[in-house]
Amino acid sequence: MNLAYRDIRHNLLRFVLTNFGLSLLLGIVIVITGVYGGLIDDALRQARAANADLWVVEAGTNGPFAEASRIPGDTRELVSRIYGVERAGSVTYQSVQTELNGKPLRLFLIGFELGRPGGPRKLSAGREILRDHYEMIVDRSAGPTLGQEVPLGTRGHKFTVVGLMRSEVTSSGDPVAYITLRDAQALQFELAPPAERREVARGGPLQTNNQINAVIAKVSPYVPIKEVAAALARWKHLTTLTQDQQETLLSKFVIEKVRKQQLLIMVLLVIVSAVIIALIVYTMTMDKMRSIATLKFIGAPDRTIIGLIVQQALSMGIFSYFTGLVLVLIFQPYFPRRLVLDPESIAVVFAITVVVCLAASTLGIRVALKVDPAEALAAAG
Amino acid sequence: MMTEANRQAIVRVERLCKHFGQGSTRVDALRDIHMEVYPGQVVGLMGPSGSGKTTLLNCIACILVPSSGRITLDGEVVYDDRWLRSDLRRLRLEKIGFIFQYPNLLPFLDGSDNVAVVLDLAGFGAAAAQARAVELLDYLEVGHRKHALPAQLSGGEAQRVAIARALANRPRIILADEPTAPLDSERARIVMDLLRKVAIEQSAAIICVTHDEMILDRFDHIFRLRDGGLEIEMAAATVPAAL
Repeated sequence: MNLAYRDIRHNLLRFVLTNFGLSLLLGIVIVITGVYGGLIDDALRQARAANADLWVVEAGTNGPFAEASRIPGDTRELVSRIYGVERAGSVTYQSVQTELNGKPLRLFLIGFELGRPGGPRKLSAGREILRDHYEMIVDRSAGPTLGQEVPLGTRGHKFTVVGLMRSEVTSSGDPVAYITLRDAQALQFELAPPAERREVARGGPLQTNNQINAVIAKVSPYVPIKEVAAALARWKHLTTLTQDQQETLLSKFVIEKVRKQQLLIMVLLVIVSAVIIALIVYTMTMDKMRSIATLKFIGAPDRTIIGLIVQQALSMGIFSYFTGLVLVLIFQPYFPRRLVLDPESIAVVFAITVVVCLAASTLGIRVALKVDPAEALAAAG
Repeated sequence: MMTEANRQAIVRVERLCKHFGQGSTRVDALRDIHMEVYPGQVVGLMGPSGSGKTTLLNCIACILVPSSGRITLDGEVVYDDRWLRSDLRRLRLEKIGFIFQYPNLLPFLDGSDNVAVVLDLAGFGAAAAQARAVELLDYLEVGHRKHALPAQLSGGEAQRVAIARALANRPRIILADEPTAPLDSERARIVMDLLRKVAIEQSAAIICVTHDEMILDRFDHIFRLRDGGLEIEMAAATVPAAL
């Protein structure tokens, strides 16, 4: 006879309501786990999206994501000539603020050379950029539809959305947009008409806009990447990073602080959950004191009492966990940040929930085992 | 017919003492108690509040460890040094049935489950436990309430379910702490007749704490306690009405 199940069935409404509250708390733990996973994934996605083997950036910098890097636009031609480099492409990265559908929109713009490495990986709708100017591919989370025009730059050039991507955002949650390298360079260096007139009046030479942030190189599968990196390293005005180094920079340094913050919030939430579960189990046990005393009086062994409490604590944790998970999965599309809930992290949160429930039930067990069977003889309250 | 002289007592209490506290705060709850209860006997334990009735019942029920003295239950001497808590628990489960003053039913189990839980703890199969529970409830005329939760039972019905629970394991010793307190006089007499029937059918010894003078004639013996000591032991027929 499963006493835990009978007790839950007897107090079903209270069990459901308690668990619903707990499921919201565990849901938040799952959300934070998802945000944490999303943060790392988004950061790495930027680097992985380029599908690069090597990153050539400004000398002495950890660009282009960790810090600013600016190199001449013809660097790609130099890199292409190195033995082992199969393909190379210039890229620029910049954040822009614009307006779409009457709402402010922040985009992370990537300029790339058509037909070269550095472009978007996979489209979920629309087509590739075919024209040299004023076409863009953007992540769905930005909100535009195919064919919609997005104003960019100081002169408000209208870029037509020709393709849409899914789950391409930066570590700070900004949607990624791809435009041609020329357009990106123009946006970076183009001045507003009054500012340009002032520059001309000063007589100073206009700054060349043929600058890029990095060159992405794809190495032949028959040549060791390290060998090509060593060859590139001989140029003192450039720094070469492998894909692994770039990913390490992103995950360990660029998002390190945010990562630690997320981890701290997650740990705090787990502690809060543990305390709340412990208090619920304790209260549930206190409510059953007389029944527990009666059970002990009629000869129930300690394992029956322990089983009753542990099973209820586990039922509560497991029920709340899965309710929380379902709620998170239902509302996931409406979160302002991308959540990445891979099976491993979901399993880890589940394991933590089980451990927390077991640990929390010790308080109730302690109280229950101390109950004197003689309390069953006390007058009914 | 067997006499008390040639029968073995199921419950034998010898020179039993129980005190609480030490020094100036010491309270002697039981002093040098001696009593014997034989198979088929229904004995009453009477006395004013604080006389030690419940303490004695708890000692016999293996709930309270005596300070000194000896208790023998169905041939097993309890509370010598070799007894573990689990042994006492087993003894309670196998040999003792307890009827509380209030039914003390588990609120989350229905009538039949409240009875079957004892058998379940004793290792009976679910079907056998349920069959025995239903049989007992029918015997106590509450079979029709077997699916009702304790909160849905009347006081009398709940007490009969509690009695069924105490009888479930066919115990040789039944301890009852004012079992008729929540019942009217008619129902109280029925319950006492039932206990006597069980005592005879199961060769069980029944010890019943009571204040109810209306049921004194249902006892074979009355033990009267005062200030922790056994004041008098007498056959029920000789008990004066004023007692």
